[in-house]
Formats: sequence, structure tokens, C-alpha cells
Amino acid sequence: MPYESVIGLEVHAQLLTESKIFCGCSTRFGASPNQHTCPVCLGLPGVLPVLNKKVVDFALRAALATHCTVAPTSRWARKNYFYPDLPKGYQISMYELPIAEHGYVEVADQGQAKKVRLTRIHMEEDAGKSIHDAEAGASLVDLNRTGVPLLEIVSEPDIRSAAEAGHYLRSLRALLQYIEVCDGNMEEGSLRCDANVSIRPQGSAELCTRTEIKNLNSFRAVEKAIEHEIQRQSEVVETGDRVVQETRLWDADREVTRPMRSKEFAHDYRYFPDPDLLPLVVDQAWVEHVRAELPELPAARRARFIHDYGLPAYDAEVLTARKDVADYFEASVRACPAAPKVVSNWVMDSVLRFVKEEKLDTALKIETWPCSPEHLGMLIGLIQDGTISTTIAKTVYEEMRQTGHPPEEIIEAKGLRQVSDTDTLQAAITEVLTANPDKVEAYRGGKEKLLGFFVGQVMRATQGKANPQMVNTLLRQKLSQ
Amino acid sequence: MSHYALTIHQAQEKLRAREVSAVELSQAVLNRIQDTDQHLHSYLTVCAEEALAQAETADRTLANGATPPPLCGIPIALKDVILAQGVRSTAGSKILEHFVSPYDATVTQRLKEAGAVIIGKVNCDEFAMGSSNENSAFNPCRNPWDTDRVPGGSSGGSASSVAADQTCAALGTDTGGSIRLPAAFCGIVGLKPTYGRVSRFGVVAYASSLDQVGPCTKDVRDCALLLEVIAGHDPRDSTSVNRPTPSYTAHLERGVSGLRIGIPQEYFIEGMQPEVETAVGDAIAHLQVLGAEIVPISLPHTEYAIASYYVIAMAEASSNLARYDGVRYGYRAAEVEDLGALYQTTRAQGFGSEVKRRIALGTYVLSAGYYDAYYVKAQKVRTLIRQDFLDAFKTCDIIATPVAPTTAFRLGEKLADPLTMYLSDIFTIAVNLAGLPGLSVPCGFDQHGLPIGLQLIGRPFDEEALLQAGYAYEQDHDWGARKPPL
Amino acid sequence: MRITPDEVRQIATLARLSFTEEELTELTQHFDTILTYVDKLGELQTDSVEPTAHAVAVSAPLRDDVVTNTPNAAQTDALLANAPSRKTHFFRVPKIIE
Repeated sequence: MPYESVIGLEVHAQLLTESKIFCGCSTRFGASPNQHTCPVCLGLPGVLPVLNKKVVDFALRAALATHCTVAPTSRWARKNYFYPDLPKGYQISMYELPIAEHGYVEVADQGQAKKVRLTRIHMEEDAGKSIHDAEAGASLVDLNRTGVPLLEIVSEPDIRSAAEAGHYLRSLRALLQYIEVCDGNMEEGSLRCDANVSIRPQGSAELCTRTEIKNLNSFRAVEKAIEHEIQRQSEVVETGDRVVQETRLWDADREVTRPMRSKEFAHDYRYFPDPDLLPLVVDQAWVEHVRAELPELPAARRARFIHDYGLPAYDAEVLTARKDVADYFEASVRACPAAPKVVSNWVMDSVLRFVKEEKLDTALKIETWPCSPEHLGMLIGLIQDGTISTTIAKTVYEEMRQTGHPPEEIIEAKGLRQVSDTDTLQAAITEVLTANPDKVEAYRGGKEKLLGFFVGQVMRATQGKANPQMVNTLLRQKLSQ
Repeated sequence: MSHYALTIHQAQEKLRAREVSAVELSQAVLNRIQDTDQHLHSYLTVCAEEALAQAETADRTLANGATPPPLCGIPIALKDVILAQGVRSTAGSKILEHFVSPYDATVTQRLKEAGAVIIGKVNCDEFAMGSSNENSAFNPCRNPWDTDRVPGGSSGGSASSVAADQTCAALGTDTGGSIRLPAAFCGIVGLKPTYGRVSRFGVVAYASSLDQVGPCTKDVRDCALLLEVIAGHDPRDSTSVNRPTPSYTAHLERGVSGLRIGIPQEYFIEGMQPEVETAVGDAIAHLQVLGAEIVPISLPHTEYAIASYYVIAMAEASSNLARYDGVRYGYRAAEVEDLGALYQTTRAQGFGSEVKRRIALGTYVLSAGYYDAYYVKAQKVRTLIRQDFLDAFKTCDIIATPVAPTTAFRLGEKLADPLTMYLSDIFTIAVNLAGLPGLSVPCGFDQHGLPIGLQLIGRPFDEEALLQAGYAYEQDHDWGARKPPL
Repeated sequence: MRITPDEVRQIATLARLSFTEEELTELTQHFDTILTYVDKLGELQTDSVEPTAHAVAVSAPLRDDVVTNTPNAAQTDALLANAPSRKTHFFRVPKIIE
């Protein structure tokens, strides 16, 4: 029987605030253990939370960017469970009254657009980290991450395949990066994803038992794990068994999901309103203020790239998938306004080639890319005005990428300027023809495809710097004499 | 008069007149503790060394001539749920037996800024859960008037230490009557401020939506003075209210002329100790003589207050006490092999039986399937109780009631039956649910020489009216001059 | 009885408490007494009543996004000084099994 998969994602995005959600500790990643802690985030007796306004600003940005309805009053709730990295024995989150509901994300997939609906967005505090392999028989707990603000973004089960889940996640991540609330770094855990997966007979509308998959810390993991889970559930059903509602962990090494062993206690989070925090009231003026400062979103930028730069839809989609890449492209175009399509080709081929899929998950920041967008624009300008050939440009680019030097400096230092001087070229041509009398004879006897050979020899003689169009023209003239 | 018996305002005068030094005063109090505490167990930690150092600093401030801060050189004791940096803070629990706080509570900080000498940490029911102090994990505190009797709870040590002149004054906390009941049982003045008036930051939480810190003092003027120091907005407590703090001492002598005092019929019930009813009745009559108008009122949902309170308080407590898990601080059970055992054994051994009972009940009322029936229902009833008071305050300015139906009971008398113990708070609990201020003022003694307390309840943030009425009454009844036989 | 010892045991597990059989019997009795008493709340009709979570109705105050804790080793030492088991600046617990 053909099955259809029904997938919903729960995404946790760490917010780019300076300080934690309920205390004045730094959110910076990579500090020594428990360095970014204080009585509040360590859950010492007597401490109380005070809400960071920026967290609400960021939540509102995300809510508006995903077309959600903002709640005028939302409420903090405690989610109670025991875990060593959860100092208070409860997580401050939102439950009955989240800050935003009923939105959607436009998912771009090869020019096709699909809306994945959002159930809700809420704010919560992150937990700490446990290290399990440092010591035999013991785990070590570091609470630096405790209290870092998170947005939980819950989608409706609108996703139908592993690939679509990947597209959704990329689109959502792009959106969060565009509005500058999350860096989207999956490897460092600033973007995390759990997937709810179930299958049902094709065309059926029933809701079937779902499993929740955790530990998805790369795009590859999300897609692979969902694919595997769909396969596993299909096999369970095929053999006449029933899918059990449970939480499963993705094992990236063995590429399987397995049930979580620590779930021996049935979970009952006993949510209730946090008595230490009052209801959060967001008035219309606050919402409008955030709306007014919202940056251009990916869909709008895509349309603008097509309209203003005359780019094909494909280019526009690739370039706007990441805000930093789109910014890089536009900065390059400013340095070479005459040829946006050429710039687009260069950004897609030469820049994105290094920013491979896997690297998208890491801390790669295009602002720190050694070749600045201005330099790339200048380089393309130098091709356009004939200063260098495209082939030489590739060499220059390689040098720029390694040294960060401007293209002209490299061209001058290495003497890579294109040779378009007729006398110099004539001399090189004469030399090549003199050295190959038999081939000249053959060419003149009708083997005209030998022209390529002569061009190659001339280019070699000039270390590739000769202007190829001129070499062509001059050779033809000479050989037909 | 011995130095240790001084009230805050008496000590203030003597210190400023240099009739007594701050070191002499603190030393006198420390000696008094030394001499008497084996009978009372008011103190869990005495900060002798630090106190004398603080007193020396106070003496230097007093010597330099400028106006000293209000509590300069005055010994104050803290209930052991209130944290002081570098001082052991057990909250009356074995699970925090060796916990030394790395930070000051806001109220502690305010006391220090006002020049107070933190003389020590006083006994209480474990995590402030109890009405008798018998739930302290350490030696239960005794009533100075009769050491076979309880001082009341949970701030038993705060009340007994003040009554026995083991400190000038103390801070307590009140979640369902925990300042007012022991104040009444020990014959001192105790105030539970309006919820939000005093910061809860650095105060070990029992039930966060009900807890409030307040003064335990020898007279009403001291109470006003101490409240003035600790009250006020704290940006570290989101439930602390940002509104100006009046000078409570400035208008203390305004009197009660024209004040409308409501008498709720539901607070004068069958089974009340007759002497309590008489003493409270006499006190009300006296206020009438002083010019107050007596207004009968009704608080119809009173009988539901205890049920509502225990559901809410236990639910909040079950969550507030989850942090005591043996991971970051506090007691950890020895030789546990796995995480499950670490949690369960640590908590089973670290908590006392009443605390465990409340955590278990609180967990139950929040659990799936029971949340609406118990927790939400209790919160709705809380609304009705609060509305009762707001309605009553349309026809009166303050409300007068007994603090408790009886005087101090004997140790062990109510231990076997938790519900009977809970009913001790029958007259105090509704005030916490409604978030109102409540003052306990001594109003007489029973035939056994045990103190009786009058409770005055005010509008939100109107502590002033309570203090003025209490002060007016106190001027004509020097109950405080009678000292326990120690 | 409104509740069985087994149910109380489950609640205890959820709250990470443990009781001896004797304690459990007594606790079950207390649950019964207290829950029966609490049942009196059911006498009140509260369908149209809003629950009160806070007696003082104001909205949550907000703080600016500023780092106010400057980390240093001495402070971290002080904060970890109460830890029952540590390794350098980590807290140590028995192995967590996921």
C-alpha cells in the first residue's frame, strides 16, 4: 500500500541577545565551564527571573515575519521535569498563551512556493549542557547555556517528505537570519530541530500515531532521520504491527533512530503559570514599532533581484537563500554595476562553491570571507574592460581568496595584465609558426582545426596573458598570408 | 533596663546619644542569646563575629557626627529562609544544612545599607511550611511564655527571639499567616505587607504568589520603622510593585478618628477560645472609644480559603522545591549509583515529612487530569475571596479579626493530623490569597498567661492605616511591657 | 479511599521522592483526608470566574539587554563552592543515560 508521510517540525532558535533571558549573564558561546552563570541561572535558592525586553522584540520580529497573530497578553508557564542540566527543576516557557499563533512560512523549492503553516511561536529559556564521555560513570554539567533565550517555532504537520522538511528548515533559517534574531548555526546548536513523523495510507486524512525524533543537528540529519523514520514506520505497518508513540534519538553514525532509554518515567510536565512572572502585555504600538523596523524579507528580496538586476528566478532563489550571501552579492554589484548577471555567476560558482552544504551549518560568516565583495566586483570589472581574461581572473581570484589583496595589486605584482599589444602578439605568433613549419603546412593544406593548437602555443608563450580574441584574429591573418 | 530589651527606636536614641555603643548593644544581645537559647532554640546560626564587626563599623559611623542611617548599630535577626552573603542559610531543612549563600537577599542588603547588625539566622518550619515550628529539621523552637508550647509558625524563631529579647527585631516571611500567627502566639507585633510591597529576591521560595517578607518587632513604631527600610520596588523581583513607599513613621500618630473598621461575622466562630473572643472584642471596643466607626461586614467565602490556599501553595511549592536535587548545592545522598537514585534518595533523605507531603500533594494537583479540578478551581475561588475583601472595603477602611482561634498550643498536640494543623491558619490565610496587608498586635493574655493577637487587615498598599490603628491601640495598652518568664 | 497507595507511589516518582511502605500508607491516608477537605471547593459555582494567578495585577517588568555579570574565576568558585561534587568548574553527577 502506498503511504504518505505527515511531518511537523519543532524548531528551537537561540536568540542573538547579549544577555540571557532572565538574568544579566552573557550568552556568548565557548566560555569555560560555568563561567557565564550567576545565582539566577544556577537556580540558587531565592532567585527570581526578570525578562529581557530584547527577547520579546525578537519574538515579535519572528512573529511578524511569519505572518503570525500576536497575542496582546501572553503568559509564562513552568514546565516541570528533572534533569541535571535544568537547574530549577523546571523550564520557564509558554504554554496556554504563547506570544504568537497561526502563521506560515513560504517555502521556496526550485521556483515552486508552498506555505507551511505555523501553529505557534513562544519564548523560553535554554537548558545547560551535560558531557557524558569525559569520565567513566559520571556526567559533567556546564550551565553556561542555561537561560539563553530560545524561540520555539512549531509547524503544523504540513510537510510531506524528508526533502520538503529540509526546504522548510532552510527557508525558516533564512528568515531568522534575515530578521537578525538567530545566526542559524546548527553545528553549535543555535538552531535545533525535532521532527514529529507519522505515516498514513495515501489520500487518507486520518491522524496516525507519531514519533518524535530528537538530536537532529544538521540539515543532513534532519533529512536522513526523517527518511529513515518513514521507512521504519512503513516496515512496522507492513508487518502488521503498530507504530508506538515515543521519542526516538537519531544516531548520526549508524544512521538509525532508536528509542530514548531515559523515558522510563512517563512525562507529565505539570505546566502551570509561573508565579514569579506576571503576564506579558504587548500593545499595538509595540507591535507597530517592531514592524516598522523589520528588514526586507527573503521573498521580497527575491522579487527585487529579478526585477532590479534582471536575474533569472533560479539565481535569485540561490542568492537570497542566505541573507549574508545576498548582501555579499549586492555589495559586489555596487562595485560592478554594469554586469549583475556576471556577478551572480561568480557568487554562485566561486563563492558558494566553498560554502558547501555542510559548511552552511558551521560558523562560516561571509563577512569574514577573505575576498571582500568590493574586490570581487572590481575583479569582474577588470574582465569586462579587457584588463584580464576570464581564465586569468580565476587565477587572480584564487590569489585574492588566499591573501585578501585587491585584484589590481595581484595583477600588477604578478604581471598578469592581458597582453593586447599587436607588436608583442605578432612576435609571439611568428615565433610559434617558425617553430612548427610542418603544422603550418598542414593548416594551409586544409587542416583548419590546427588553429586551436597555435592559439594554445601562443597563450603558453605569453603565460596565458595574451588577449585570446586578438590572438585568434592575428593568427588567421598570418596563416592566410 | 538591660540593653538587650531595647526596642529599635529606644536603641536608636541611646546609640545616637552615645549612651550605649553599638558593640555594647550587640554584645548584650549576644549574651542574652547565649543565656537563653538553650531553652528556646530560636537561633539556627548566630553571627557573633560578623555582628560585632558590623557593630564596630556602626560605632564609627555614629561617632562621626552626621545623621546615621536609620538602623545604624541595631541588631536584627533574619528568618533562615532569608539569605545573607557568606552566612549559612538552611531554611530549616536538612537539605540546605551546610548551604552558605553566595549572595544577599534584597531585604538583607537594605538592612545592611541602613546600618543594621545582622545578629543571626532564626529558626523556622522547614521551607516555611508549618504553623508551629515543629517542622524545623533542627531543634524545634519553643514559645518563651511556656516552653512546652509552640511559638507558632512558620516564623517561630523570628517571633520567639523578639519576644525573648534575643534581638531588637527580626524579619519573617508570611505565606498563609507565618508572621502573624507566631507574633500573636509570642505577644509581639508582626506585619505581613501587601504582596509586591517588599522584594522576595533572595528569600527561599515556598509559594511564590503568596510569600511576603515582613517585620517582627516589639512595638508598632518599630514595625513602621523596619517596614520603611525593607519596603520598595526591586528591579530584581518582577512581582515587586513600582510605587513610592510612604514614610510609615511620619504619620503614625494620626489616630483612628473616623476610621471605619469592618468586623466580619465569619471570623467569630463556634469553638473559638472564649478569652480570645473577649480580648479581640475589647480591643475593637477600645478602637471605637478612640473614635473609630464599627461596621459589620461579611466575607462570605472565608470557609473556602484554607482549601484554596493549600492547593495553590502546595502546587507552587512542588515546583519551587524541585531545585533541591543534590546537583549544584545542598545535601546529596551518599553512594548513589545512578541519576534516578541521586534524585530520589537525596530528596527522600533531605526533606522532612511535611515538606514531602506538600510536594507530593502539589505534584498531584498539577498532574494531568487533576489540574483543572484542583489547581484552576482553587485559583477561581481565590478570585472570589479577593473580591469579598474588595467589596468589604467599599464600606470600611480596615478589618479587625482575631489572628487565631486559640492561643499557643502544646508541642505535639497537632502533629499527627496535618489538617488540624492547617486549620490554625483559618483567620490569616485569606489575607495572603487576596494579597492584602495584615498586622498582628498583642491584645491581651489568656488565663495561662499566653498572649492573644488582634489582626488588622487593610486595603492593598495601605499598611499605613493598619500601623496607625495598631499604634493608637498600643498607646493605651502596654501589653509589651509584660515579659516572658525566662 | 479516593486514591490508592499505587497512585501515590506514582506521584512520588514524578516528584522524585521515595517512601517506605509504612510512610506510603500514612501518606495515602493524608492524601485522602486533605483531598476530601479540598472537595468543598466544588460547592462553589465558578464557571464564569476568572482564575487569579497573582493578587497584584500588573504586567511583567522588562530589563534592557545588558550583560551585568562580568565573569571571573573567583566568582565562579564562589558560586560552585556549595557543590556536592565537582570537577574543575563542572558539576559532577552519576552518568546520565539518554
